[in-house]
Amino acid sequence: MAVQNKKLNLKDKYQYLTRDMGWEPTYQKKKDIFPDEDFEGIKITDWSQWEDPFRLTMDSYWKYQAEKEKKLYAIFDAFAQNNGHQNISDARYVNALKLFLSGVSPLEHAAFQGYAKTGRQFSGTGARVACQMQAIDELRHSQTQQHAMSHYNKHFNGLHDAAHMHDRVWFLSVPKSFFDDARTAGPFEFLTAISFSFEYVLTNLLFVPFMSGAAYNGDMATVTFGFSAQSDEARHMTLGLEVIKFILEQHEDNVPIVQRWIDKWFWRGFRLLSLVSMMMDYMLPNKVMSWSEAWEVYYEQNGGALFKDLERYGIRPPKYQDVANDAKHHLSHQLWTTFYQYSQATSFHTWIPEKEEMDWMSEKYPDTFDKYYRPRYEHLAKEAAAGRRFYNNTLPQLCQVCQVPTLFTEMGAPTKLSHRQLKYEGERYHFCSEACCEIFEHEPEKYIQAWLPVHQIYQGNCEGADVETVVQKYYHINIGEDNFEYLGSPDHKRWLSIKGIKPADEDKNAA
Amino acid sequence: MSVNALYDYKFEAKDKVENFHGMQLLYVYWPDHLMFCAPFALLVQPDMSFRALVDDIIKPATASHPDSARADFLKAQWLLNDEPFTPNAEASLTDNGIDHKSMLTVTTPDLKGMAGVGY
Ligand SMILES: [Fe+2]
Ligand SMILES: [Fe+2]
Ligand SMILES: [Zn+2]
Repeated sequence: MAVQNKKLNLKDKYQYLTRDMGWEPTYQKKKDIFPDEDFEGIKITDWSQWEDPFRLTMDSYWKYQAEKEKKLYAIFDAFAQNNGHQNISDARYVNALKLFLSGVSPLEHAAFQGYAKTGRQFSGTGARVACQMQAIDELRHSQTQQHAMSHYNKHFNGLHDAAHMHDRVWFLSVPKSFFDDARTAGPFEFLTAISFSFEYVLTNLLFVPFMSGAAYNGDMATVTFGFSAQSDEARHMTLGLEVIKFILEQHEDNVPIVQRWIDKWFWRGFRLLSLVSMMMDYMLPNKVMSWSEAWEVYYEQNGGALFKDLERYGIRPPKYQDVANDAKHHLSHQLWTTFYQYSQATSFHTWIPEKEEMDWMSEKYPDTFDKYYRPRYEHLAKEAAAGRRFYNNTLPQLCQVCQVPTLFTEMGAPTKLSHRQLKYEGERYHFCSEACCEIFEHEPEKYIQAWLPVHQIYQGNCEGADVETVVQKYYHINIGEDNFEYLGSPDHKRWLSIKGIKPADEDKNAA
Repeated sequence: MSVNALYDYKFEAKDKVENFHGMQLLYVYWPDHLMFCAPFALLVQPDMSFRALVDDIIKPATASHPDSARADFLKAQWLLNDEPFTPNAEASLTDNGIDHKSMLTVTTPDLKGMAGVGY
């Protein structure tokens, strides 16, 4: 290196610290050093074509992130000292954080592992460095999210064992299996799945609901995390687009492979986001926008422009996007009534939306809410008022691929379940949709191993035969504290006492 | 199609019948009653009679629905794995041809759920 020239210009520094980290091996075969690079069938003819739009080097990365972190933790401290949890819109909001902490933060950690592993597999230095930095980002996200939300754990239930729950609780197998699927794929599929389909195409549908949701509901700790992650996400999104264009430009044989991955991972991401749809419409006391509005802006419009742009490579929009577009009118309502009936087995509470919230939904979902979903809540409210709060005491069928209960309905027929089944090597398999069934058919060997929580309970692998034992002992959900209806829950009572309101049944439940 | 892998990729199916200790899985879907969000996943004895399945398992599972009391499941229309099916009430599940991870769909033509939208 040029010792006499103490200060390198940015371009040289980038060259030395990234591209010059790669060299042609002399006494080892390249194939032995990067054994995973071609089994997926992706052909790379020239790695030097890889563009890194950020040209960030490790030394500036550390410096920049350390500064952000310092500010972030100063705000967390202030939030805790000022009892920031008392200033949120309503304690129902905290349930969104419970879902985030057990469903999303562990995915950040899985992303860290995924990028660390994947980055190692590329012989191209630019891709390797980008993955390495994203790995570190994702590790930070996982940690800082846990720190942002840890203050709530001192004051509310259900936040005490999120990582444990992520590995075991039935609905958390949805996000967990999503990432396990991606991480067990080859390096190019992983990048198509996470960098492109998730970070680029769908990420706004995760971060806008949670981070704007936090802002609208007075949660300064989580908002601040959101801001500190924003510049990282900008890099991740850019990487996602770069990855896809790079692969497509390298060889025309890559196109059909990438197309199938896009079809698969769009759909897997869409199913995962169904959890976010209900969070957005139901768990935010102060609403940001509806799921259907978010889907229109972030998928139909932005995604539409993106796929128009990718047309020149021979890529078309994801195969089942019409089903997803149609589902925007139903998704959140179908999900929330599912979690409502299985709240005995969740680490968060559910409730019937308040009158103003239902009116908001009528307005946001003019063609579907009053017709299909308001009657549900009217019935459930009547039952609850009669002392028969509805819980479904029988376990649901799960989709072999996405692992969500098979609750989704046919496009254009919202009272008919879109169930599918097939036989593979003598064994029957069930799916929530045509799209999940098709994913299975492409790689049956992978999905026959799915750890389906309902079947695992029935096999006796979850420390008990009845739901109560499984929930308490295997899931670590504290019965009567973390689960069941929100109204009358310890969280609800605590909130009323914070706000100086006496609960309706004050004699029995004086805090 | 087949998975693309670096080695001979072969694993056991996780939910083979032998993992259920003599029991088997059965799914039951009652269309137009979406108060139950998805088909039920049930653990059943293969040698139980179809009548016992209805009386001891399906009836209690559906009891919280207002239509349940009036539902005569034995006289309803059945599908077994999407094919028309006439159950023999006294025969066992096995003798009815109901194998592990089968799905039964039971339609009650005069009972269409709540609010006219199959809830
Ligand atoms: Fe992240
Ligand atoms: Fe990210
Ligand atoms: Zn599915």
